[in-house]
Amino acid sequence: MEIMVNISKRWGYHGIDALKKASPGYLMLMGSFALLALAGVSVGLHGMIVGYHHVYGVSRELSWGLLISAYVFCVVTSTGLCIISSIGHVFGGEAFMPIAKRAVFMSIIFMLGGFCIIFFDIENPFRMAIYNVISPNLSSNMWWMGTLYGAYLVFMVIEYYFLLEQNHSLSRLMGFFGLMVGIAAHSNLGAVFGMLHGRPFWYGPYLPIYFIFSAGMSGGCAILFVTTLAARINPEIMNQRMERAMKAVCQVTIFLISTIIFFTIWKIVTGMVSHDKSLVIMSMVNGDYAVNFWCFEVFLGMVLPLFLLIRSRGNNFPMIMWATGLMMIGIFFMRYDIVIPGQMVSVYHSLGVEEARDLIKYTPSFHEIMAALFGLSVICFAYFAGEKMLNGHQLEKHEIVPEGGYICPGCGAIHFMEEGETEEEAMRRHHKIW
Amino acid sequence: MKFPNIDMNKLKNEGTESVTVKERRNFLKLGFAITGVYASGKILSLSSTYGVAHASEGSDFVEKYPYNPHYSMVIRQSLCIDCEKCVDACNKTNHVPEYGYRTRILTRKYEGQLDKKVEFIPVLCNHCNDAPCVRACPTKATYKDPVTGIVRMESKKCIGCKTCMLACPYDARYFSAERHAIDKCDFCWEERLSKGETQTGCSSACPTGARTFGNMTDPENIVFKLVHQLEETVWVLRPEDGTKPNVFYMKGNMESVDNILKGQKFKYSDPAKS
Repeated sequence: MEIMVNISKRWGYHGIDALKKASPGYLMLMGSFALLALAGVSVGLHGMIVGYHHVYGVSRELSWGLLISAYVFCVVTSTGLCIISSIGHVFGGEAFMPIAKRAVFMSIIFMLGGFCIIFFDIENPFRMAIYNVISPNLSSNMWWMGTLYGAYLVFMVIEYYFLLEQNHSLSRLMGFFGLMVGIAAHSNLGAVFGMLHGRPFWYGPYLPIYFIFSAGMSGGCAILFVTTLAARINPEIMNQRMERAMKAVCQVTIFLISTIIFFTIWKIVTGMVSHDKSLVIMSMVNGDYAVNFWCFEVFLGMVLPLFLLIRSRGNNFPMIMWATGLMMIGIFFMRYDIVIPGQMVSVYHSLGVEEARDLIKYTPSFHEIMAALFGLSVICFAYFAGEKMLNGHQLEKHEIVPEGGYICPGCGAIHFMEEGETEEEAMRRHHKIW
Repeated sequence: MKFPNIDMNKLKNEGTESVTVKERRNFLKLGFAITGVYASGKILSLSSTYGVAHASEGSDFVEKYPYNPHYSMVIRQSLCIDCEKCVDACNKTNHVPEYGYRTRILTRKYEGQLDKKVEFIPVLCNHCNDAPCVRACPTKATYKDPVTGIVRMESKKCIGCKTCMLACPYDARYFSAERHAIDKCDFCWEERLSKGETQTGCSSACPTGARTFGNMTDPENIVFKLVHQLEETVWVLRPEDGTKPNVFYMKGNMESVDNILKGQKFKYSDPAKS
């Protein structure tokens, strides 16, 4: 018990006690996410027992549906959180440092949420653990993606531990490995799609590259959203350093949204002149997927947040919260618009046969929606629990600064001075400044 | 820098006599390869390939077939009448569940043609030499059989990620809940070939001979003869994917096939004797 108290003091945790003090409304919100997650996992398990092909909307030809889209959404956001936060605590961009703990925590949570979702898409998840190890296919992007994301999760957890321990050099090293593995994993996810040469909508180097930039955008958006929301929950987390960090992340996000707009324009324009792709592109421009594309992907995902983030000047937090909150929804559709349309054209379409004349239709089933909600609710639940139990991911409270420690003016974390060291020297040592 | 000023009109005609037969052949081959392959993209090859043996594309020669026996199927499209006996036989032989199929027959309709209004195209796993599904599988659950070249499944390794279903450009795969794995055509290896049979379920059930199954490394085998001839065009599906399929297609009407199988030689001028 004493050890727990020590750790919670050392790491600045409030633990379960914080939940007891939380308002009833907050607890109800958490409870509803917990219930939703519970409902999701029950429905998902039901699907597993009766057989997914009875209850899922996916078919033989369109075999990746809502669940893969939701998985992609989660891991893109996770990688993005890692990329954006690494600007600060890996590469030393001082303005970005205060976001590190929350970003790394959410990165882990999003990854776990993604694994929750993919669990209900993979037909034999338990075999995966065995045969991924004893029968690896090194030419398979799927293998690399799974393996590297596993390693990524391990690095991020270790990094988070060192962040809590205030061991900056090791957390920086782990953050660097995590970033490298994360980028490798994430571009492999793009290549899972991009190397299927029977699918012209996906095939090519576009997706691995797009995924990385898109991840940065999602990460920036997620950091802005979770931090501004956290400031609503606990206004104490907002201070001058955090405000400066918000401004910096806001600028990066604006840049990355512009990049993705550029990517999207050229995807549409080049697709229109290609016979293979134009069917799909036109269904997004003025067909079945037009609402998805224009309303969600373009308007909610890019144009509106770009406008609002510029208007907010990086310090109008309610505006940032709304912009990025809606943008998260838009980004979800962005992922959906990559996964589903890529499979809409039958492989026999070019043969001109009757069976492959029309685009393949897909509507998510109840089971798929619930299984996706399972992962997303786990993320929301963990976020709200984390904000309370982990004390808003902040350490700079005087009452919890232990003996011999002080609050670093650079990163806001607690540093410990060695014997005969000044604060200045300790900061230089912690941040490897010589 | 100065360029030598050559007036082509004043050059002496060297004549064709000095061109060796070999050179002439090579030149013709080159021309055939270029026009044949790139004109339609479907023609196997117009140059003589007897004994050189080729994979799916005219430009993509290999020295010999990599497997022995190299199982292969030739589909004579004109003979298919869409009776679906092959599909039934396949389902029965391989215990295919009702929601899945290993092979199916596609229908292509025409308007304004004088002889036919409809054409049937049987499709199945192409057992590609360069199989995208095998590359995509994370656990080597699907693999090229090192002896026969059949793309097979080791069901216990299949994690059900469905990447192979999307990687396959021939829609040859589906997830079988009964097997807890992806299921696909294995040229009836498990149910027939490994038990000593020489024909697949579908080819033996076909009443018109639209599906012919055999060993491509045996020059006496029907599939070898059907593919290694110039009279009838042979093609593969989706050659642009470069998968080197082992299911070949030809129109294959009776007369010309009879000629091929009887070994009738066609009268070509032999440049060596001219």
